[in-house]
Amino acid sequence: MSRQLYEFPGGLKFETFKEITATIPAIQHPLPNRIILPVRQHIGIPSVPTVRKGEHVLKGQPIAEADGYVSIPLHASTSGTVIDIGDYPVPHAGEHEATCIVIEPDGKDEWFDIQPTDDYLTVDPKQLQEIIRSCGITGLGGAGFPAHVKLNEGVVNIVDTLIINGVECEPFITCDDRLIQEKAHYVVSGTRMIRHAVQAKHCVIAVEDDMPKAYEALANWIDDDIELIKVPKRYPAGGEKQLIQTLTGKEVPSGGLAIHIGIVMHNVATAAAVYRAVTRGEPLISRYVTIAGEVETPRNLQVLLGTSVNDCLKACGYEHNDEHMIILGGPMMGMHIRNPDIPIIKTTNCILVKKLEPAATELPCIQCGDCYNACPIKLMPQELYRNAKTDNFAETQQYHIFDCIECGCCSYVCPSNIPLVQYFRYAKSQIAAEERRRDGADLARKRFLEHNKREQAKIEAKRPSRPVIETSSNPSMDEKRNYIEGAVSRTLKKRSKTKKILDKRNSD
Amino acid sequence: MINQQLLTSPHRHDGSSVRTKMLWVCVSLIPGIACYTWFFGPGILIQCLLAIVFALLVESVLLKIRKQKLSVFLLDGSVYVTAILFALMISPFTPWWINFIGICFGLVFAKHLYGGLGNNIFNPAATAYVFILLCFPVAMNQWPSAIDGPSQETSIKNSFKYIFLMPHDSYSENNYDSTSSATPLADMQNRLAAMEMVNEIRTSSQYGNYAGKGWEWVSIFYLLGGIGLIALGVISWHIPVAILGSVFAFSLIFNMYDTNLYPSSLFHILSGGCILAAFFVATDPVTASATPIGKLIYGTIIGGLIYAIRSWGAYPDGVAFAIIIANGLVPMIDEYTRPYIIGEN
Repeated sequence: MSRQLYEFPGGLKFETFKEITATIPAIQHPLPNRIILPVRQHIGIPSVPTVRKGEHVLKGQPIAEADGYVSIPLHASTSGTVIDIGDYPVPHAGEHEATCIVIEPDGKDEWFDIQPTDDYLTVDPKQLQEIIRSCGITGLGGAGFPAHVKLNEGVVNIVDTLIINGVECEPFITCDDRLIQEKAHYVVSGTRMIRHAVQAKHCVIAVEDDMPKAYEALANWIDDDIELIKVPKRYPAGGEKQLIQTLTGKEVPSGGLAIHIGIVMHNVATAAAVYRAVTRGEPLISRYVTIAGEVETPRNLQVLLGTSVNDCLKACGYEHNDEHMIILGGPMMGMHIRNPDIPIIKTTNCILVKKLEPAATELPCIQCGDCYNACPIKLMPQELYRNAKTDNFAETQQYHIFDCIECGCCSYVCPSNIPLVQYFRYAKSQIAAEERRRDGADLARKRFLEHNKREQAKIEAKRPSRPVIETSSNPSMDEKRNYIEGAVSRTLKKRSKTKKILDKRNSD
Repeated sequence: MINQQLLTSPHRHDGSSVRTKMLWVCVSLIPGIACYTWFFGPGILIQCLLAIVFALLVESVLLKIRKQKLSVFLLDGSVYVTAILFALMISPFTPWWINFIGICFGLVFAKHLYGGLGNNIFNPAATAYVFILLCFPVAMNQWPSAIDGPSQETSIKNSFKYIFLMPHDSYSENNYDSTSSATPLADMQNRLAAMEMVNEIRTSSQYGNYAGKGWEWVSIFYLLGGIGLIALGVISWHIPVAILGSVFAFSLIFNMYDTNLYPSSLFHILSGGCILAAFFVATDPVTASATPIGKLIYGTIIGGLIYAIRSWGAYPDGVAFAIIIANGLVPMIDEYTRPYIIGEN
């Protein structure tokens, strides 16, 4: 099947080092000694633990419930005992600690009673969403937005095209590639389920043109109902906005969402998870993770959520040391972590070990414009940088800082070695903080005014009451009319009198 | 936990640096300089070396005063580019102290007073040249000529004489001998003012096939280097194309209007500093416009000014003036040509 492809601006072409792991089958990582499950592994409100310390849980049993719409439940990755509920380090750019449920596996890996859904096509799309939500499925591509929210948008709005994103543009990462090669059936069936859930008119699965095996695997399973498209290898071709532009030629409006132009996008791993959730009732408790870089045996692992990064690295023959750094995610957008004991969560797609290099000296910007040429959104990173550096945040918004997808292309090409993306994150966080502060101040002002009003009322109440003059508080229309007419006639009388006097004077 | 500094993404870099960019600019000037030396003797090499030495000295002092790291900023390469471009703009016969004054002025007033690399509004080399052109017009109008073929009279001895031994007090046109003259551009301007006709003037011995004898070849070799820079991706095509295109277009219009009063397009493009400016001076990223449309406007303004100053101005070549004026307009050009981002429409 052919579809006209379009080009997105900017981007980078570079060596991606995928052959190393793309050809080796993924192996199941053995049961770890300890499972740490953060209650927040998605964007949105953290879920609320429903188990207590010491309680025995089964594999796939819900252990935390959703709190609000943009929230999802959490399930035990294996059977065992909850040994703690408390703060542990989690994968977060600020190296935070957050609430986690810690499970000590009992080794039996005993399943909770889960129920499959028969014949999803007869199920109401709304109900399908509920199933997907109850299985704790987030977008597995990167950001980790709860999948049901995106699906619901599809039900509320009319979806023209559903895009299943198998374009892994970040170097080193092959977890989606391996997943497709090994579980193509899951991906294709899951795609059909998501399509039913959002009632999309068209459906596209996109892979990168350097994933021939994955393409073949998918081609065996798809039918005329799904388009399978290869997109040219370029970074960041797998970004949501970029892939939409490549496939449809449409631009996601600045500050808007894909659904505003009738498009819903999900990751291939999300589709596979949906398949498991619908056909088996199996919640999201494991995922493919690529272990790459300076490890002895780079490969993909199928890991239970909550397994520590260190466990995975050890399985690939790497002991953490001073000369290397660990990156969660790819080299372009990944997060440097210093504590290898943090757990794998729903959005962890790669653990990359890299030689630690001394940071290059940052020179002044020479306005060469390389960053502008590399930016896939056509932002002007040099202007954003100039304004972010001088804390001129209003101006950064004029230059559309919130359209920045932090892909890192600008920093990658900067000859002055300026960490541009870091400046942009800083500006974004400062603007957000300023907005929160302003909201807080507004609230305080409101409270203060209310308080004043109440105090005033108290004082009024304490005052000796004045004698009240009886007035009819609500005069009828007739009364009003009479009053007005009386006044008018009185005035006229007065005027005629004055006129007479004046006339008399004049005649004299 | 291992003690590391927390790094932010991306954790990769393409290895480009300001230094390599600047180095490529210098390298791509080599064909032009070689051709210059071939036709007009080694004076230009001496000027380049002098300018580099002076520039390094002045830059070091200024960096020390501004408490900046010498190891970082002396090696960024920008100072070499400024020095070489300045040397290529002045006459190979320029006395050493004028060279020094120019470098001082350029680096102090056009670069470091604005905050050094990346913060200057005006191109330091062009500013330096304009300054000495205004201060020492006589010295700036003494150029070697290639009338007698490649570097016959402008020997190394002669160059030394002019650069180092010219008595400062008795400084006048009389101290130069027959090897020096006005540039073809200046000659053209003077004689057109004296009511001679272009074709008549072009028959003089200092003119070649298209422009000045020798000079046309130097320009062509600059052009080759410049095309190399575009091919390497160090500069974009916008500014050179806009400058050369507009000079070509303006001169074509007036040439068609009256062939006797206005020299041909090729004469203008291959004369004076037109190509050097289009590829090497005006493309200085710090002082040029940063948006694609802005670059075209900026280049067109420079091209238009070059032609206007050459045709109706007081100076034979207005390249440096044109660049400085356009530099001043850059912030406004950038503001009004801000490109649309994806999803803005």
